[in-house]
Amino acid sequence: MADTSTTGRRLSRPAFRRAADRVVTQLIGLSGIAAIVILAAITVFLVINSSRALREVGLWNMVSGTDWFPTSEHAKFGFLPAEVGSLWVTAVAMVLCIPVGVAAAIYISEFAGRRTKEVTKSIIEFMAAVPSVVLALLGIALLAPHVREWFNLDTGLTAFTAGIVVGAMALPTIITISEDALHAVPKDLRTGSLALGNTQWQTVYKVVLPSASSGIFAAVMLGLGRAIGETMVVLILAGNSGIIPDTALVSARTMPGTIAGEMAEVVQGGLHYSVLFAMGLVLFTVTFAINLAADIVLERQRKKWRR
Amino acid sequence: MVTAPATTTGMFDLHDVSVTYGSETAVAGVNMHIPPQAVTALIGPSGCGKSTLLRCLNRMNDELGNVKVGGRILLDGVEVNDRSVDPVELRMRVGQVFQKPNPFPFSIYDNVAYGPRTHGVRSRAALDGLVEDSLKRAALWNEVKDSLKKHAFELSGGQQQRLCIARALATAPEVLLMDEPASALDPISTQQIEDTIAELKRTVTIVIVTHNMQQAARISDQTAFMLRESMERPAQLVEVGDTRLMFTNPSDKRTESYITGRFG
Amino acid sequence: MKASTARVKRARAIESVAKTITGLAAFLVVGLVLFVIGYIVYRGAGSISWEFLTQPPRKNMTAGGIWPAIWGTMLLTFWTAAFSLPIGVMAGIYLAEYAPRGTFTRVVRLSIANMAGVPSIVYGLFGLSLFVLTFGFGRSVIAGALTLACLTLPVIITSTEEALRQVPKDLRQASLALGASRLRTIVRVVLPAAAPGIVTGSILGLSRAAGETAPILVTAVAFYAPIPSTVFGETMALPYHLYIMATQAVKPAPHIVWGTALVLVAGVGIINVAAATWRSRQRSKIRW
Ligand SMILES: Nc1ncnc2c1ncn2[C@@H]1O[C@H](COP(=O)(O)OP(=O)(O)O)[C@@H](O)[C@H]1O
Ligand SMILES: [Mg+2]
Repeated sequence: MADTSTTGRRLSRPAFRRAADRVVTQLIGLSGIAAIVILAAITVFLVINSSRALREVGLWNMVSGTDWFPTSEHAKFGFLPAEVGSLWVTAVAMVLCIPVGVAAAIYISEFAGRRTKEVTKSIIEFMAAVPSVVLALLGIALLAPHVREWFNLDTGLTAFTAGIVVGAMALPTIITISEDALHAVPKDLRTGSLALGNTQWQTVYKVVLPSASSGIFAAVMLGLGRAIGETMVVLILAGNSGIIPDTALVSARTMPGTIAGEMAEVVQGGLHYSVLFAMGLVLFTVTFAINLAADIVLERQRKKWRR
Repeated sequence: MVTAPATTTGMFDLHDVSVTYGSETAVAGVNMHIPPQAVTALIGPSGCGKSTLLRCLNRMNDELGNVKVGGRILLDGVEVNDRSVDPVELRMRVGQVFQKPNPFPFSIYDNVAYGPRTHGVRSRAALDGLVEDSLKRAALWNEVKDSLKKHAFELSGGQQQRLCIARALATAPEVLLMDEPASALDPISTQQIEDTIAELKRTVTIVIVTHNMQQAARISDQTAFMLRESMERPAQLVEVGDTRLMFTNPSDKRTESYITGRFG
Repeated sequence: MKASTARVKRARAIESVAKTITGLAAFLVVGLVLFVIGYIVYRGAGSISWEFLTQPPRKNMTAGGIWPAIWGTMLLTFWTAAFSLPIGVMAGIYLAEYAPRGTFTRVVRLSIANMAGVPSIVYGLFGLSLFVLTFGFGRSVIAGALTLACLTLPVIITSTEEALRQVPKDLRQASLALGASRLRTIVRVVLPAAAPGIVTGSILGLSRAAGETAPILVTAVAFYAPIPSTVFGETMALPYHLYIMATQAVKPAPHIVWGTALVLVAGVGIINVAAATWRSRQRSKIRW
C-alpha cells in the first residue's frame, strides 16, 4: 500500500496546514465585506471633499439655486439647471424605454420560442456591452442633425436627443430584469389559467403580469438609476447650457455631465471642485435611494416565490 | 490483495448517542457496538434518522450547522467528538459513499487520487498504485484500466457509484459508511455493488443504510432497526443484533411487523 | 353558444394583436442593436489598417493610428482584472460558501447590489479623491485601474456567487467526507466546477469596464500620452480617445473617429461573444 502510512493514523492535522487554512478563510471573510467598505469609503470621500461647498455655499443653496455660473467673479453654484436637465433627459428616456422594454420582455418570456428567446437575449445582452461613448457618437452623427431639422432648432444637442440614447442604454437593464421577473412566475399559475380557457395573452395579462409586477417595478427603478447616472451620453449630447430647461427640446446640462465636463478643469481643493463633489453626493444619494428601493422590492419578490 | 493495517480494527462503540437539529431532537438514546470487518445494516422507515446516525460516525453533521450530537462515539476507543480530533483526519479513516453517485467533474484517475492528494501524497508512483488498488477493490479496474483519463461523467450510473467507492477507499479507511448506495441504481449495478461489499468487508468495517430488507438480509452480518414512533419524540434504536437471528426471530414486535410488512 | 364563440374570437384577436405588438418591441430592440453594430462596422471598416492599429496618432490626431489608446485600454483592463478578480472571487466565495443567513449578510448583499448602481462618474470622483490624491498615485494607470476595479467588483462577485451556487451540494459532501477541509473542497472541487460561469461573468464585467470613460476621465487618461513606461504614468485609452475626437471643436478626420469606435466595439464584442460561447460549450459538457 502506498505511503498513507506517512500521513499516519493520527487524528490531528499538522498545525501549519490548519493555520494556512484559517488565514485564507479569514481573507475570504474580509473580501466579503469589501462592498460595504467601498460603499462607505465612497460616502466618506464625497462628504469630505464637498465639506467646503457645504460650509461656504450650503446644501440648500446649491440644491435649490437657479444659477450655475461656476467660473464668474461672483460665482453661483445652483444645481437646478442640472437637476431639471437630468429630469428631462431621464423622463424622455423612461417614456421611451419602459413600454418598449416591458413589451419586449413579455414577448421574450411568454411568446418567443426557445431558439428565438436565446438569440434575442444574447443580442440584447450585447447591447449592454456597447460603450456609452460609442452610442453617444452615433447620437451625434445620426440623431442630433435630425432632431434639429424635425423641430427646427438651432442645435440638435438637446435633452431630448440625449434622452433617446439614454433610453436605449437603459433598455437591456429593464428587459433583462423584467424577463427574470416574468420567468420567476411559477409554471403552474400559467397552466392553471390556460386550463380555465384563457388565451395565452389573457393569462399573461391577468395572471403573469400582476404576479411579476413588483419585479417589473424593480426593473424600471434600476433602469431609472442607470439613466440618471449615465454620464458620457449626456455630456456629449445634451448640450450643457446653463439655463433651466423648460422643455426637453432645448440644450440642457445634467448632473453627471456637469461633473464630468468640469472636473478636469477645476483647481483641486478649490470651491468649484468641492461643489462638484457636492453634486456627486446629491447624485449618489438619489441613485442610492432608487437602487435601495429596487432591491427591497426584488428581495420581497424572491421571498414570495421561494415557498 | 490489499489488507488493512493489522494495528487498526475500525470498530465503533456508541453510548447514549443523540442528535438535535436546532431544537428538534431527531435521534436519542442509541447504544450499539459496530464490529470490525463486518457489515452492519441500518434499517427503518424513512425519516427515522438512519442518515443522521450515519453522519455522526464521520462527523458530517458538523457541516450542516446548528446540529448538536450528544453521548459518546468511540472509534477504536477514541472519542471522535473530542476537541483534539480533527474531523478532517477522522474522515480519512471513516469514508462515506452517498445515495446518488457524486463523482467530481474530473477524470477517473483524478477522482480516485483526490483523497490521497488531499492528505499529502504527491509521488506519481504512489498515486498510480493507490488508484489501481482502489479501483480493483471497488471491482472497477477491469472496466476502466485503459481509460483512466476519461471524464468520470462518461461512466454509467453503476460505474460512477463504484468509482465513488474506489475514491473513498483510496484514503485507506478502516470504516466505510454507505447511505443507500444502490437505491439510485438498476438491479445489475446493485448486484455488482453488493458483490463489492461482500469482498470489501474482509478488510473494512462497513455500515450501510438501506431501505431494502432483502438487501440487508443478503449482505449484512449485524442489523440495527431504528424507528421514530411519533414526530414529537426522537427516533430510537429498537433492536440490534445478528442479521440472521433478527430476520428469523426478531425480539421486538415492532421489528417483526416492519420486516414482515416489507416482505409482504 | 354563439355569444361565447364571439367572445373567444375576440380574445383570439386581442391575443394576436398583443403578440404582434410585443414582438415588434422585441424586434425593434434587436434591430437597434444590429443597426448600431452594422453602422459602426460600415463607417469604420474602411479605416482599419495595419498602420491604424500599430502607429501612434500624427498631425494632431488627424492622421496616423491609435496604437497607444489600444495599448492603454488593454493595460487598464489588465490591471483592473488584477485588482478586482482576487477580491471579487473571494467575496463571491464568502457569500456562496460561508456567509451565515442573517442581517449582516443581507447588508452585504444590499451593498453589492447598490455598488452596481452607483453612477460611473461617482466612481470617478471617488477614484480621484482616494487613489489620485490621497494615495498620491496621480493620474495614472494604477489609479484608473483601481477605480475601474471598484466598478467591476459587483459584477464579479455576483457571477462568482451564482456560479458557485450551481455546483451541486453532493460534490462538497463527497470532498468533505474524504477528509478535505472546507477550503480545499472549495478550491479543488467547487471552484473548478464553477469556473466557466466565473470566468465568463468576469470577462463580461471587465469588457464593460474597458468601455467606460467617466471613471478614467479624471483618474488615468491624457489627451495625448506616449505609452506609459510604468503603471504610475498617464495613458491614452480608446473610449476617452473617442470622446475627445467626437467632441473636439476642430473635427479630426472622420475615418479615425469611426475606426476607433469600431476597434472599441469589436474588441468588447469579440471578447463577449467568445466568453459566452465558451460558457455554453462548457455547460453542455457538464450536466449535473
Ligand atoms: N439537515 C437537517 N436539518 C434539520 N433536520 C434534519 C436534517 N436532516 C435530517 N433532519 C431530520 O432528522 C430526521 C431524520 O432524518 P434522516 O436522518 O434523513 O432520516 P432517514 O435517513 O432515516 O430517512 C428527520 O425528521 C429530518 O426531518
Ligand atoms: Mg436517509
